[in-house]
Amino acid sequence: MDTTALFSLVPLIVLVPTLGLLINAFFGKRMGEKAVGAVASAASGLAFAVSVLMGIILWSGGGEPHVVPFADWIHVGDLNVGWNFRVDTLSVLMMLVVSGVGTLIHIYAIGYMHEDVRFKNDPGRFPRFFVFMNLFIAMMMILVSADSYLMLFVGWEGVGLCSFLLIGFWYELNLLGQPSWYNSYAAKKAMIANRIGDFGFLLAAFTMFWFFKDLNFEGVFSRAGQVAAVSPGAILFITLFLLIGVAGKSAQIPLYVWLPDAMAGPTPVSALIHAATMVTAGVYLVARSAPLYTLVPQAQATVALVGGVTALFAATIAVGQYDIKKVLAYSTISQLGFMVAAVGMGAFVAGMFHLVTHAFFKALLFLSAGSVILGVERGHHHLAHEAHGEHASEEVFDANDMRNMGGLRQKMPVTFWVYLIGALALSGIFPLAGFWSKDEILADAFQKFPAVFWLLLIAAFFTAFYMGRQIWMVFFGEPRHAAAAHAEESKPVITVPLMILAGLSILGGLLNLPGLHSLTIWLEHTIAGVEAGEFNVLLASVALVLALLAIYLSWLLYGRRPLVAGQKDPLKQPLGFIFTGMERKWLVDEFYDAVILKPYTAISAFLADVIDGRFWHDWFHEKVIVGTYEWISRTVLNLRIDSQGIDAFFDGLGNLTKRISADLRRFQNGFVRSYALAVLFGVVIIVGYLLLK
Amino acid sequence: MPGSVPLSYYLAISALLFIMGSLGVLIRRNPLIIFMSIELMLNSANLAFVAFGREMNVLSGQIMVLFVMTVAAAEVAVGLALIVIIFRNKHSIDVDLMNGLKG
Repeated sequence: MDTTALFSLVPLIVLVPTLGLLINAFFGKRMGEKAVGAVASAASGLAFAVSVLMGIILWSGGGEPHVVPFADWIHVGDLNVGWNFRVDTLSVLMMLVVSGVGTLIHIYAIGYMHEDVRFKNDPGRFPRFFVFMNLFIAMMMILVSADSYLMLFVGWEGVGLCSFLLIGFWYELNLLGQPSWYNSYAAKKAMIANRIGDFGFLLAAFTMFWFFKDLNFEGVFSRAGQVAAVSPGAILFITLFLLIGVAGKSAQIPLYVWLPDAMAGPTPVSALIHAATMVTAGVYLVARSAPLYTLVPQAQATVALVGGVTALFAATIAVGQYDIKKVLAYSTISQLGFMVAAVGMGAFVAGMFHLVTHAFFKALLFLSAGSVILGVERGHHHLAHEAHGEHASEEVFDANDMRNMGGLRQKMPVTFWVYLIGALALSGIFPLAGFWSKDEILADAFQKFPAVFWLLLIAAFFTAFYMGRQIWMVFFGEPRHAAAAHAEESKPVITVPLMILAGLSILGGLLNLPGLHSLTIWLEHTIAGVEAGEFNVLLASVALVLALLAIYLSWLLYGRRPLVAGQKDPLKQPLGFIFTGMERKWLVDEFYDAVILKPYTAISAFLADVIDGRFWHDWFHEKVIVGTYEWISRTVLNLRIDSQGIDAFFDGLGNLTKRISADLRRFQNGFVRSYALAVLFGVVIIVGYLLLK
Repeated sequence: MPGSVPLSYYLAISALLFIMGSLGVLIRRNPLIIFMSIELMLNSANLAFVAFGREMNVLSGQIMVLFVMTVAAAEVAVGLALIVIIFRNKHSIDVDLMNGLKG
């Protein structure tokens, strides 16, 4: 049987989620929550099945890349872009992660959203969530299966749109569920920060078209060497502007600020879009553009440095956060920094490896955090019912705040264990997934960029510390709020996906174990010249010891003497203003506010008020144009000139015509004979002229 | 052709007839007389045609006369029909009464 014919099934990865979202969009209101969730999960699951099939036939075919043309799109002059699906080892890896983790999150979301829409008193909004989620899967699939930069950009924008829609899912509320525009501001912030990144992406794409006359991957990469020889600046320009796009989408310095606020979206969204898949699109883009980046070491160094600095910077902020999801958000930024640094320094396999394992354990952490939040919400709900509306129910309660938690280990045992697995995997504890992938990045960095290596190593220390802090604060000690004391464990529809993800977080390291290097072998069909990183036992032990040390440190501070309600963070005393800096996110938002937003608003206000309002409207239009017009009509065209100049002229014309016609009418007296006489005279005159001339 | 009447005599008579005819058209009010005067003018032209035809020794002058007579007959037919209609409307055929197109 010719297996390559099966490649033509690949458009299903986009079409099936599209079908799912159409069904839910049109019939969702009537279908009931179970059916909506089943349709959406099945659509995502089918996409996963197709991705698995693609992986199998790709593997049996020796990993040769395959391009499946699907539809014509643009034919203009030299530009020739079709909607083609590219099936190669890199894209299939991404498809598997997106649809696999996506399906688990869909199933989880059935349980999560069931309660979330009820806590927020709007059950009718349930189907909309799954419409957006399926749209996201479809768009992400377009992104990863694209065969050209332009098609990739379509998916890139599509997932940005889904991100915007889902961050603003509760657009009329704030994080505490009160009426406010906070969530929609967060959605707008994500959109605008991504716009800045997209501008970089577009400039890179335009430059690419200018120099390559092509946007297809094959066409660009096959001529990259040629173009680099003629105009080396072009490749540098392209790669650096692509980096701006990466910084926007993958939340790197300086555009990362949108990701923490994106936690305004429901927790499954944070897990799927803002941890596991969409934010890794930038990493994928750099890995995809490997043939370009390997040509310009300066660009590689810049990318690696941006990644390294982001990894450390975000990790320090995560230490000072109290919101359970904000900690994870900064952790995501930090881990994305690891990946960006890895692909930047040319360790494409290590970057992609970490992308996959991070998708497992960060999705796990976010979903478990969602389970924790729901558990605390349930406890709070329970209290509100008992209080019978006397006082407690109207109290402002933040179910995300770790200072309100504590002691959840006994209340939510399943959630506790899976959370612990996720946290240990993220901290890089042997033998969980994060250990292997993080160690591979560290080993590559040690060889290639020592400076970045030190940044990443310190970041890894902080990672283990803030995860330890979170575990102690959330699950150990005594409940610091009545809601936490009444927390309840989640249903199986929530916990089963968590267990599967926990299993993946444990076993994810098998993907690219030292010695086996299965992922390296898999990816070398697509990314030329990848080499298996050497496993450095010493380095791995140092990283492991550091992580354990950090966890021990966190136990000293948060575990040995658990926090009590209202107590200040134990780090606040010894670190002083440094901790305040971490707590206040190093005032980056305030800095952007002062340096960019304030001047921007001031310039806008200036342009609107002074230039547009006072200059153009009040002065130019009102004074100059209207004034001149009025002056002309009042002085030059006043009544005298109007009646005696203009009117008189036209009256005169009329009178003249009248007088001439009065004279002429005498000739038209109606007597036939006088006409005959006129004819006779005419003939005599003409003939006389002709004769006498 | 010795002893024959010279061309100028014919032309003189033709001019005389034409002037008489045109004067009749201009002066008389009775359309029937006017028609007769028009006939007179046409015939003066015919006389000139045949006189020239004889002088030049060609037949086209006489052929042209036949055309003119045909046209004149047709013109009289139309003209008389008009006169009948006008008489029905105005109970008179004085051409000076037909001044409805006066400006």
